[in-house]
Amino acid sequence: MGDISSIQEKRRSVIQDAIVRQNKKRRLMDRVFTGVTIACIALAMIPLGSILIEVVKNGASAISVEFLTRPQGSIVSGGGGIGPAIQGTLLVVGYASLIGVPVGVLAGIYLSEYAGNNRFAYIVRFFNNVMTGMPSIVIGIVGYILIVLAVGSFNITAGALALSIIMIPIVVGVTEETLKLVPHSIREAGHSLGIPKWRVTLFITLRSAKNGVLTGIVLALSRISGETAPLIMTILGTSLFFQFTFEGFTDPVDALPLRIFRLAALPYEHAESFGWGAALVLILIVLSLSMALRFLVLDRRYKASGGARL
Amino acid sequence: MINYQKGSIAAVTSEEYANSSVDYKLSSAQAYARGYKVSIRNLNSWFGVKQALKNINFDVKENTITSMIGPSGCGKTTLIRCLNRMNEMTPGAAVKGSVYLDDVDIYANGIDPVTIKRRIGMVFQKPNPFPTMSIYDNVAAGLKLNGIRDKKLINEIVEESLRGAALWDEVKGELGKPGSSISGGQQQRLCIARALAMQPEVLLMDEPTSALDPIASAKIEELLNDLKKDLTIIIVTHNMQQAARVSDYTAFMYLGEMVEYGPTKQIFENPQKELTERYISGKFG
Repeated sequence: MGDISSIQEKRRSVIQDAIVRQNKKRRLMDRVFTGVTIACIALAMIPLGSILIEVVKNGASAISVEFLTRPQGSIVSGGGGIGPAIQGTLLVVGYASLIGVPVGVLAGIYLSEYAGNNRFAYIVRFFNNVMTGMPSIVIGIVGYILIVLAVGSFNITAGALALSIIMIPIVVGVTEETLKLVPHSIREAGHSLGIPKWRVTLFITLRSAKNGVLTGIVLALSRISGETAPLIMTILGTSLFFQFTFEGFTDPVDALPLRIFRLAALPYEHAESFGWGAALVLILIVLSLSMALRFLVLDRRYKASGGARL
Repeated sequence: MINYQKGSIAAVTSEEYANSSVDYKLSSAQAYARGYKVSIRNLNSWFGVKQALKNINFDVKENTITSMIGPSGCGKTTLIRCLNRMNEMTPGAAVKGSVYLDDVDIYANGIDPVTIKRRIGMVFQKPNPFPTMSIYDNVAAGLKLNGIRDKKLINEIVEESLRGAALWDEVKGELGKPGSSISGGQQQRLCIARALAMQPEVLLMDEPTSALDPIASAKIEELLNDLKKDLTIIIVTHNMQQAARVSDYTAFMYLGEMVEYGPTKQIFENPQKELTERYISGKFG
């Protein structure tokens, strides 16, 4: 018996020593790891911060009521504003989401609620993933060939179509994923009340996943608001306001990213200042868009405390 | 001595059930004529190649509580999910046989499984209120989403159903609160109220108290006794004491077969099959 307890004693001290040694190492590793994560955060924030600071510093002085509402003045002497670009961005992005949101959400619903694991769904998912990474200039060319060549001029529909093609795969993916997070028991509860499947899907399942789907839509909207390449191929850019007439739909339209691109290429000082101003306006639009919807979502989450947080 | 009052155990004598196989030879029409609400005939179910239910036959009397007991995996949940055609919505599940609700086979051609679910309510194992809906909307959901627009009627039914589920007094001041904000036991009663709002004739309950604490469970057991005045209740339970306390009839299932079915008193005090006796006395399970 004495032997056994002395062996045990020995083992305990060996284990104890190892733990003490490990502890020193562990504390050091803890510190190193925390330091590395903080350094990476800082690294990630530097570009974001410097972009914001630079844009605000250079762009804030350009902003005025005239700048926000007037079309551009003389190229050489300056004056006027970027009214058509702001109007154009809101219109093209709005138009694109009119196409992209319903198509994306409904396709996501199909994949999550109706397709199961059939071959067709597999193919759709695969191509959807490919589409997410499609270079946007290629999508611009599609818009050019499909609409611009058919209509005979650059026009808003071509731009909206191109942007919606960028938007749809994002919305499809997020919708499918969030719907799959809704517990199956919620759907069954709906079915057990004798509610037809399409109503269960729209008014119970989708409603339960609303926060996630909205977040996905905002993500997609932010992404397309800043797209430039496909717009060059589809709406071209102009210094005139969009006219709400039949002809308006066959004329080029302006957009903020396009305006920034054009202004940056001009050798005049006022153009440079306008470019910064336009960049600031674009950032503010994207920011307020995502913040507005975020607050709606966050507010709901807060109210439904204890509920399924999706 | 025979008491024919609805809902009492004595409505069918033990002798009648002692040789219950005789009853199974009743046609569904004969069963209906004798006051049986639900008659199950030759019901089989499979998941893939595995048979989950083997030739189940039994009749459930109107305004009674029938409990299904048996070890895990014996098919009791599958069985009650077959009674409102919920089972077939599980991928890979197949069902064959007949379930008569009154005199109608719910598995007959041309019967819409959606409309069947309006007559047969269901309460699930875990409370599952609709997470983004208020307490009121949870109860009203079945009505609203089935196209009922009459606000006054909906208000009436919501209050009635919440009273029926013994929840009204606890939530009447806060019907606008999210359904997921109340306690687990209250959520389960909310789910019962949600099912009651559709005025079902039969209520299926799949281990409704297994996720609840004893006090919340007791409340629901108490509730069942009131509910059976208006409905026929079939309840799956893991808890034999619960089956003994609440039910008029008990069915013991094992490996997908119904081993024994009869008045609860008989099943627990004088089981006819050795397997039942061994399960009841805790020798396996």
